[in-house]
Amino acid sequence: MSRIVLKDIDKFYGSNHVLKNLNLTIEDGEFMTLLGPSGCGKTTTLRVVSGLERPQNGFLYMDDELMVNAKELFFAPPSKRGLNLVFQSYALWPHMTVFNNVAFGLTIKHVPKDEIKKKVESALERMQILEFKARYPSELSGGQQQRVAIARAIVSEPKVLLLDEPLSNLDAKLRIDMRSELKRLHQELGTTVIYVTHDQVEALTMSTKVAVFFEGNLVQVDTPMNVYQNPADLRVADFIGNPSINFVDATAQLNGDTLEVSSELGTFKYDRADFTENEFPQSGKFDCVLGVRPEQVKLSIKEVEGASGAIVYACQPAGSETLVQVNIGETKLLIKQVGVKNYSTNQQLYATVLENMVTVYSKETGKLLKFSHEE
Amino acid sequence: MRENQTQPDLYQEEFSMARKIKNAFRNAFTNPYNLIVIVAIVALTYLIVVPLIEMITVTFQATQQDLRRIPGAQVGDFTLFYWNRLLFSDVSSSLLYKPLMNSLGIAICVSVLSIAIGSATAWLMVRSDMPGKKFFSLAIIIPYMLPSWCKSMAWLTVFKTERIGGSPGFLSALGVQVPEWLAYGPLPIILVLTLHYYAYAYLLVSASLSSINSELEEMGEIAGANKLQILRRITLPLVLPAILSSFILTFSKSIGTFGVPAFLGMKANFFTISTRMYSSIRQQQTTTGYAIATILILISSLNVYINQRAIGARKSYATIGGKGGRSTLISLGKWRVLIVVLLVLFIFVGVMGPLIILTVDTFMLKPGVYSLDNFSLHYWSGAGNPDIYEGEPGVFANSRFWQIAGNTLKLVLITSIVATVCGQIIGYIASRGRGKFSGKLVEQMVFIPYLIPSIAFGAIYLSMFSKPQLLIPSLYGTFTLMVLVSVVKHLPFSSRSGTSNMMQIGIELEEAGSIEGASFLQRFGRIVLPLSKNGFISGLMLIFISIMKELDLIILIVTPSMNTLPYMAFTYSNSNMAPYSNVVAVIMFVIVLFFYWLTNKVSKTDISKSLGG
Repeated sequence: MSRIVLKDIDKFYGSNHVLKNLNLTIEDGEFMTLLGPSGCGKTTTLRVVSGLERPQNGFLYMDDELMVNAKELFFAPPSKRGLNLVFQSYALWPHMTVFNNVAFGLTIKHVPKDEIKKKVESALERMQILEFKARYPSELSGGQQQRVAIARAIVSEPKVLLLDEPLSNLDAKLRIDMRSELKRLHQELGTTVIYVTHDQVEALTMSTKVAVFFEGNLVQVDTPMNVYQNPADLRVADFIGNPSINFVDATAQLNGDTLEVSSELGTFKYDRADFTENEFPQSGKFDCVLGVRPEQVKLSIKEVEGASGAIVYACQPAGSETLVQVNIGETKLLIKQVGVKNYSTNQQLYATVLENMVTVYSKETGKLLKFSHEE
Repeated sequence: MRENQTQPDLYQEEFSMARKIKNAFRNAFTNPYNLIVIVAIVALTYLIVVPLIEMITVTFQATQQDLRRIPGAQVGDFTLFYWNRLLFSDVSSSLLYKPLMNSLGIAICVSVLSIAIGSATAWLMVRSDMPGKKFFSLAIIIPYMLPSWCKSMAWLTVFKTERIGGSPGFLSALGVQVPEWLAYGPLPIILVLTLHYYAYAYLLVSASLSSINSELEEMGEIAGANKLQILRRITLPLVLPAILSSFILTFSKSIGTFGVPAFLGMKANFFTISTRMYSSIRQQQTTTGYAIATILILISSLNVYINQRAIGARKSYATIGGKGGRSTLISLGKWRVLIVVLLVLFIFVGVMGPLIILTVDTFMLKPGVYSLDNFSLHYWSGAGNPDIYEGEPGVFANSRFWQIAGNTLKLVLITSIVATVCGQIIGYIASRGRGKFSGKLVEQMVFIPYLIPSIAFGAIYLSMFSKPQLLIPSLYGTFTLMVLVSVVKHLPFSSRSGTSNMMQIGIELEEAGSIEGASFLQRFGRIVLPLSKNGFISGLMLIFISIMKELDLIILIVTPSMNTLPYMAFTYSNSNMAPYSNVVAVIMFVIVLFFYWLTNKVSKTDISKSLGG
């Protein structure tokens, strides 16, 4: 139904270059999350797609139909793009009832009255807020307002649904409820969804694809699990994952088809099969950085073969899991263990790194050199 | 050419200049924002910038009546005659320098006194445990609500002497010898203006005081400071920016004010720069008057500029000191009763008393005789009696009054609606064009009338529209001119309230509408307008009151057949018909107080928002 192609998009606010030569294709029916820290250009991208923002360069196609040709100053108005948008602030009109808020777009299109009623009520029903239809937005809780905003966006059966940080104003428990609700909605409606968030958990749990932005650049587009396991560069690796990834300085040497990486965690050998397409540094020996997820290290109290000695710096049990900060030589590592562990400060433990799952980055370019690989 | 349009590689569009130009035009003309901006910029240029330049140009041109004094000049020739006369001739002293010194002296005294009174009351109201705060919070503001010229008439009712004022005032009637310096001249002008303007300092300082978290003061106490040290070393520095900015505000308001020095100075031959300008223009020395107006505008602009430079940057730190938060009141202890008594005395003797005497006076047939059998409604509704003030009928029995009252109401109603609508439109541009050049330009242009004292603004319009202009006939003596001058002078104020009104309507509410396919007019009609209704009404009411009180602005452009109630009071007073002018003044402040009450009732608007008016 709806495939969206962004091509060579540039957006400036004054001299501030917010989107830098953006190229992104969103396939029909996809749940695409635009992820990144604030100010990275993800909301701007969404607004360019919606038509609320006009880029200075580039093209936008929806269903192979030209929507934006910036050079020729052609911009299709938002209403001609077959999409709808849920704002971060919800943007509910405070002077209209819930029913009128949802019906607004249909009345603009002069849909017959009884049909409006039917459509609005079915949208409210779907969002489980039919009973509030005569209320004003100020008489609803934040979660209910959120549902009205979504009902208003889906009542016109858009081909593309745009969501701008819709959950950021909800409390933690409601957020988890709405996550599953939105995921279900996507499957039931089958529309293409573009979802903007700075919350990596939302991105990983809900989307079919994640696009990671940094400083106006699109850094990586991949499935959520691939973004987690094989972040394209050090910034993405650092941004994705909570608790965040450990970076360990190491030196590497390429010997034919084998990459030998030495650090305080030990010496690991990797086969060419796991290498990325990124170019390796020319010299024989080079500096690199290991990406070690907190769950990719096993801890034991007794000495194990191949394990390095680790001194406990601090131990934080949290019920379902325990975070342990250890020092291995000069290297600090944060390790996640399942269940409750009670280590005392300065206790001697033994750490085994699941070496195949570790990622390797070039220190010079920050780019990924070696994929993570299941043990 | 390939046929298949869906192939991704056909996304290579060929650039077409023709299409670009077509789209550029379509974008420009279908975006209503652009249209509004263009109309606004053209209108503001014509109504603000051009008149200002026009007036300044006139001061360099020879006029018919002065031709014989400028050798060899033709009408309209470039000449420095007027500026020479104003700045470097033997009449300079009485034309410019003396009035200027008077104005500066008055402005400085008024500012210092206002700040002393205003800050002290603000501190008492916000930080102390003074009783009766609810009563005082209104009582302190009331003097500001009444037009300042009403207060100068009240002053005259009490202090005037037979020598200049014709009939005796309250005190002379009681047998008290009133020295002339207490009835007319700088001292009464300073006192009356202070009674009017201390409200600025009060409002600004109390806002600043209430933004100080009392934890800052408590920390000082813990560090071992006593109350006086805390006040001097913690509280005072924190409110200093507010004090400085109220100084500048009071100074620039009082240097250009006309009403009070006109009532209390002109008869005793005491001139300020604004009354000198007025009398120059009234004595047909129009060009000289314009030159004086130019100087007045220069001083005011300089003042505002200094304000922006000196305070603008520092003003912010009062809020860094903590946002409101908990506030512990400071006990006044044994001073409590004394302070309350002083404050009540100040308000009753300083403000209410004179007003009550003024009101009583309107019912006394023979001025200065306060007895029951002297009670009369003659000045209110009596038919003309040839023995009393040459047969002038009572105000209500005077058809001229009804004609002028009708005229005033019509003017105020039309002007406030037009000004408010314009203000909302400009507010829309300013809020939606935030960060854009067009938005900033409109905001700056609208600000210009604020720099210009009312009476000088009247002078500008007099010079511009007393002769036919491009597409516009001469407007002198017409209703249109009064509407025009009032609307434009109040634009800074109305557009400020329009901007804050429009800022409250989040841009996303409108974007949500355009996503749903609503056109600009649909968005405006169904989203922006219903949401701006309340702000619109309260803005309208405040402008209504402000225009109602206006004397300075229209004094130069009124004619005997086209004028307003304040002007009627002014002419009565000038022809020494005090009882009649008092009646008009009483009617005025009944109307003004009624509308303040109504505004408060209807919109719960804070009076402090009327600061700019």
